[in-house]
Amino acid sequence: MKLEGYRREDGKVGIRNHLLIIPASVCASEVAKAISERVNGAVYIPNQHGCCQIGPDLELTTKVLVNFGKNPNVGAALVVGLGCEGVPTKKVSEEIAKTGKMVDYVVIQENKGTVNTIAVGVKKAREMAEKLSLMKKEEIDISEITIGIECGGSDTTSGLASNPAVGYVSDKLVDLNGTSIFSETTEFIGAEHILAKRARNEEVAQKIMKIVLDCEKKANTMGVDLRSGQPTPGNIEGGLTTIEEKSLGCIYKGGTRTIEDVLAYGDMPSGKGLYIMDTPGQDIESITGMLAGGAVLIIFTTGRGTPTGSAIAPVIKVCGNPESYERMKDNIDVNAGTIIDGTKTISDVGEEIYSQMLEVINGKFTKAESLNHREFGIYKMISTF
Amino acid sequence: MLKLAVVAHKDDNVATTVKDLSKGENVLVDIFGTEKNIMLKEDIPFGHKFAIKDIKKGEEIFKYGEEIGQATQDIKEGEYVHVHNVVSERGRGDLEVDAK
Repeated sequence: MKLEGYRREDGKVGIRNHLLIIPASVCASEVAKAISERVNGAVYIPNQHGCCQIGPDLELTTKVLVNFGKNPNVGAALVVGLGCEGVPTKKVSEEIAKTGKMVDYVVIQENKGTVNTIAVGVKKAREMAEKLSLMKKEEIDISEITIGIECGGSDTTSGLASNPAVGYVSDKLVDLNGTSIFSETTEFIGAEHILAKRARNEEVAQKIMKIVLDCEKKANTMGVDLRSGQPTPGNIEGGLTTIEEKSLGCIYKGGTRTIEDVLAYGDMPSGKGLYIMDTPGQDIESITGMLAGGAVLIIFTTGRGTPTGSAIAPVIKVCGNPESYERMKDNIDVNAGTIIDGTKTISDVGEEIYSQMLEVINGKFTKAESLNHREFGIYKMISTF
Repeated sequence: MLKLAVVAHKDDNVATTVKDLSKGENVLVDIFGTEKNIMLKEDIPFGHKFAIKDIKKGEEIFKYGEEIGQATQDIKEGEYVHVHNVVSERGRGDLEVDAK
């Protein structure tokens, strides 16, 4: 299938052409939302942070907002700030502008409050929307695509069906010189030794072991059994007994190829191939990290069923549980339950997901896209102050 | 014949059901070429696990050929294996607190 996408000024390839309205902080979120609602093609991200954060947390929020703006699915961006928050509105805008795409910003305290800022923002956004509408798709190659792989609402079918099938897709993409990122460090606990064996070199293997150890240590500082949060109550109801069992099933989603490196949360890969990103197991935060890392499409496996989408990227939902698929067809794109009932093989379903992925690259809406699911959440290390 | 339960690795001591199964049911499991008939001693819901051999208290539960936790009591072949008789050995901040 011939693939088409948007070739950006920095050479990256996007498969959507969004105008992204970025609130620099939670204080600017409502105004950003109002601007996005008035302008055709605009989307916004509900940022809950950006103010009274310190050190690494402030840097992380700033980086994620900048990298969301840099994501190749974003054709243009408008940053909306209150004016007194920690995240510097103008600097976020300038950083995104380094990609060469259209960017502007508007500050509430400099524009006489909500009403006038919305008016000024809508005017700027409308002009950008018009220019975006003139952009043409070009022929692209599959090797220019970066995907993120997520699993959520897992049950025991995830490790037996949907994750291995998506792992097949990841392997295929990597073999075609594309890029695949998988994440969720919590869900490597108990399976890290298997991943470490697939590392490009000893240094990368050590990084994998370290992020998992750090994650487990952090959980242990709470003084409780991790099982109060992981596996989740739904995971346990679905048959997953321990985090080890969940992890061993989870890692199948990353396929079998060499792991090139471990990325910090929200960082972009430096080359092609398969990467791990250090994120929590919480789906929204994990997906947000991978999109900041430049993924243009997410493949999301589930057993219990989940509605999650994103403002800036299509999310393809793959379900390994035939009963959940029937129950939640509104949210699920591919039925991998056929592996469980024995009518299809892992590679059959892998091919099915791959061909769906090509259609989605070319513009077909996923269920999450057509239902306007636009979840967003930045991982936080410590509290606000 | 439709599968009733899956054994993920030859070294495993549990099988995962792919249908709701009932106490007293005889389930044929394929353990990588060796077929074994197991009589279920309890109801096992879809996606949950039962022992395919006797497991002693303190022994490891194996799935995917890897350790997924430890048995907190003796588990007989055909018995339900889940959070009531298996504990995780990872992320146990509670044990660190107890040790202090």
